[in-house]
Amino acid sequence: MTVEWAWISDHAGDLTTLTLSHLQAALTAVLLGLLISLPLAVLAHRVRPLRGFLLGLSNVLFTIPSIAVFVLLLPVSGLTRTTTVIGLTVYTLVVLLRNTVEGLDSVPAKAREAAVAMGTRPLRTLLTVELPLALPVIMAGVRIATVMSISLVSVATYIGDGGLGQLFTDGFQRDFPTPVAAGIVLTLLLALVADALLVAVQYVLTPWTRDRHRRPGQQRRTRGRA
Amino acid sequence: MYELFKDLGSWLVSGEQWTGADGIGHRLAEHLQYSLLATLIAAVIALPLGLLIGHTGRGAFVAVNLVSFGRALPTVGLVVLVFLASGLSMTPVYVALVALAVPAIVTNTYAGMNAVDPEVKDAARGQGMRGHQVLFQVEIPLALPLIMTGLRLALIQVVATATIAAYVSFGGLGRYVFDGLAQRDLVQVLGGAVLVAVVAVVLDLALSGLQRVLFRRRTAA
Repeated sequence: MTVEWAWISDHAGDLTTLTLSHLQAALTAVLLGLLISLPLAVLAHRVRPLRGFLLGLSNVLFTIPSIAVFVLLLPVSGLTRTTTVIGLTVYTLVVLLRNTVEGLDSVPAKAREAAVAMGTRPLRTLLTVELPLALPVIMAGVRIATVMSISLVSVATYIGDGGLGQLFTDGFQRDFPTPVAAGIVLTLLLALVADALLVAVQYVLTPWTRDRHRRPGQQRRTRGRA
Repeated sequence: MYELFKDLGSWLVSGEQWTGADGIGHRLAEHLQYSLLATLIAAVIALPLGLLIGHTGRGAFVAVNLVSFGRALPTVGLVVLVFLASGLSMTPVYVALVALAVPAIVTNTYAGMNAVDPEVKDAARGQGMRGHQVLFQVEIPLALPLIMTGLRLALIQVVATATIAAYVSFGGLGRYVFDGLAQRDLVQVLGGAVLVAVVAVVLDLALSGLQRVLFRRRTAA
């Protein structure tokens, strides 16, 4: 099995288009997932009985095979990008919901109490105290959801979408391994780059956690002791 | 929409659909056979690796990165690539399913070993236990719940993904999905999808229930 490099350079344009389409599907799903899971996670965090129900439900959703999710959506949204995005969003929800609830759990009670004592209103406490402190755990979820979505987009090739996944069906039908190998490598690269970018985003958004990752030569920042 | 669900219902319960070489009974047996064998192979590879990393404390970096690599690897692509390289055999299916299961088992085994209280290990060593005795009599029993969780997660993922065997012309419940897609027979596609989903969900619930019963008894004793 040899890789025909000429095919890759000849189809650079197509590969770029597919990569962008792939990325668009994955990112839309993660963003939608975040929009849906944030309010649900806050609810699950505040209302105990809802928590078990929502987390249990999302665990069950996770065991449903991705191809089945896409297929089951066919009567609703047909062979479209919408089906791909909805299917992927379902999967991101599972990870994002669990991590966001755990993130909110990880907020120290004292920080919350201090906000209440200062007369901060609940919504403001949530937005300016709880969510920022929960961010490291939430971001861990966002990273998993993103990498997972990028890998899962290719399953949608069976319903005629799938971004880079189209290279797999194409190579399979023509008994031609080069596009398949290219598709796998591009998917892995995409996941790697997206993950690295999210690490960078987290680094920028959570300056207070940086001290722990101090390099040996670096000087410790001085801080008042509590 | 209503008609569709009615057709789906009668597809699922009709007697002829359950018998014969293309019957649900046979396809279900194939599906479980692929899944169990793949998970078994993965366990043979991944358990020693996870135990080694956990026991020595070396290679944790490998364990962590193996998961995200496994998560990013597109299964469809892997199956097709191995298929084109090796020809018509079950090899591509098993390669892809094992590749999917190994990371889940390695990380959970490692996590279980890592969660064992260092003081307990020190106490075992202080009593004169050797390395392998600490491993087999202290670390593995304490890590067992998480190791089992890893195996369960791996099996569920494999069951969900074994659908792909049908894509490279083998059996299993995926047969209905891919045949249905090819024949534009939505009822058959949905039937296959529902069956796989039900098998995965039921298996997950059963195994987590079993796990809860087993380990509750252990902690109570």
